[in-house]
Amino acid sequence: MNSEPLLLTTPSGDVLKLRPEGSWTAANVTTLETLSRSVGADVDRSRAVTLDMSGVSALDTLGAWVLEKLSRRAASSGRSAEFVGVADHFSGLMDEVRQVNRHTPAPAAAPNPVLLRLGDLGKSTVGAREDITIFLQMLGALFMAVGGVLRRPRSLRLTSLVYQLYRIGWQAIPIVVLITFLIGAIIAQQGFFHFRRFGAESYTVDMVGILVLRELGVLIVAIMVAGRSGSAYTAELGSMKMREEIDALSTMGLDPVHVLILPRVAALVIALPILAFIGSIAALYGGGLVAQFYGGMAPAIYIARLHEAISVTHFEVGILKAPFMALVIGIVACSEGLRVKGSAESLGRQTTTSVVKSIFLVIVLDGLFAIFFASIGM
Amino acid sequence: MEQSQEEFAIRVRDLVVGFGRQTVLDQLSLNVRKGEILGLVGASGGGKSVLMRTIIGLIPRRSGTIEVMGHEIGGRTQGAATTWGILFQQGALFSSLTVRQNVQFPLRENLVLSQELMDEIAIAKLEMVGLRAQDADKYPAELSGGMTKRVALARALALDPPILFLDEPTSGLDPIAAGDFDALIGTLQKTLGLTVFMVTHDLASLTTVCDRVAALADGKIVAIGPMRELLQSEHPWVRAYFHGKRSQMLQHEMR
Repeated sequence: MNSEPLLLTTPSGDVLKLRPEGSWTAANVTTLETLSRSVGADVDRSRAVTLDMSGVSALDTLGAWVLEKLSRRAASSGRSAEFVGVADHFSGLMDEVRQVNRHTPAPAAAPNPVLLRLGDLGKSTVGAREDITIFLQMLGALFMAVGGVLRRPRSLRLTSLVYQLYRIGWQAIPIVVLITFLIGAIIAQQGFFHFRRFGAESYTVDMVGILVLRELGVLIVAIMVAGRSGSAYTAELGSMKMREEIDALSTMGLDPVHVLILPRVAALVIALPILAFIGSIAALYGGGLVAQFYGGMAPAIYIARLHEAISVTHFEVGILKAPFMALVIGIVACSEGLRVKGSAESLGRQTTTSVVKSIFLVIVLDGLFAIFFASIGM
Repeated sequence: MEQSQEEFAIRVRDLVVGFGRQTVLDQLSLNVRKGEILGLVGASGGGKSVLMRTIIGLIPRRSGTIEVMGHEIGGRTQGAATTWGILFQQGALFSSLTVRQNVQFPLRENLVLSQELMDEIAIAKLEMVGLRAQDADKYPAELSGGMTKRVALARALALDPPILFLDEPTSGLDPIAAGDFDALIGTLQKTLGLTVFMVTHDLASLTTVCDRVAALADGKIVAIGPMRELLQSEHPWVRAYFHGKRSQMLQHEMR
């Protein structure tokens, strides 16, 4: 069935006779391309071309197109080209192929690279403004929803809130504890290692205590929550958007912000301070273990030093930031989710954007808080 | 025996497929002749798509044999794209590739050919399914339902496979688009000499393009033959399917 394709050429005067033989099918495409290229020059030189199809044993669209292209090449400069001996069962395909590729649209002109850069810059500027607008809109919509709940407390989606708390709070505890424990241990080890040179080992405890309670505890936990729960929110809402579930909600007279977003953001705002607290304790515990086994400091001394070094103010500074970070993560995650368009690719892009943007904003927020607390002397 | 192997594109013998305790296909046998358009009807959830997916190797079978073009199908088949093209119900276009790249995908993966020829073949295929060259640079998300089906058909036909599987090709299309699509399948089937295996609920498709219709009920093929014969069938489910209120109304109007 599958015989090697051949292309026999017999020049007779000005007329070039081409006789394709064998299977002109996609499986032999490499040979077909070589064959058609090899006769190209002959075709250009002759006045008329005849394609004798009687030797072709198998033909598919690809083979038919290669032959049709040869005949068009011959016909292109006012010369004649014709097919003869086309078998009945191939004639439909040959007729079909003769119709295609007649109107090739002109390729789009390559845009000026400088203009392209400028265009991108302009687009991203407008995009940044749009991002801020969307953030503020979502914040406003959330406040409206909270206002609605305050007026009619029964309208709060309690089941959903509890479920989200379970998912993003309770289920996150093991990984949060593990990572903050390791971070606390690493900071303590570094402290002992480097402070030893100055004989200031005991100040390691001050460093671990202040750093963990004021900054690292909440920051690490917020970043983890943004990666773990923020991405989940974006993907969930995004796929709901893709499958028109959100439109369905709206048409039933329900507000998606109220039903879907408020429970999610509220769960984050409640869970993040708790997780930050648990994380900070785990980090202090990790520091304590390193102090005992690496720094040779008895647990009682570690706790006593910690007592002197830190105050409730440090703890307050850390934990006060948590709900604001949670709000930022929640708003970014949910609004990115609602921006998902039809394709799977857009879902992936929006999820990435959500995580990157919320981690960035969490760090910026942390910096602003640092300035704020420094200026009010906390 | 030799004769029958030449005659049939797909031969299914005593096929059993099930999930857990449930048996979906029970000792099913079916022959699809070369060059025919076979329509498969059956209740929703009755195993039509399961049968199609088992033949193309997406679902494992418990027992039975499947022969395609004279070769027995094992587990996952090598070079499947050259044996058959599949039009999935939702099109299943790759959403990160343009229309042109979607059609070129089977070519690129299976053959060694120049980019120029690949572009020309892709446009040729698109024009054969009734799209314009201008549509080639769109992404699947920008296409309407009918266009998605046409692009999916162009992709399924990219390598000129001898067998074409269609999973509810006209579902979700308006009657005009569905009629056009049926006509297109008929034309392509004649031009390319395809064997078409079509799962459908569309009574109009069954009457207009299908050479034979097979009815699947209780995990078996209970009736097979041209539409006229199926209308005469005494099997209760087939009677209910073709002589129900909806079908009656349609057939009445068609006369």
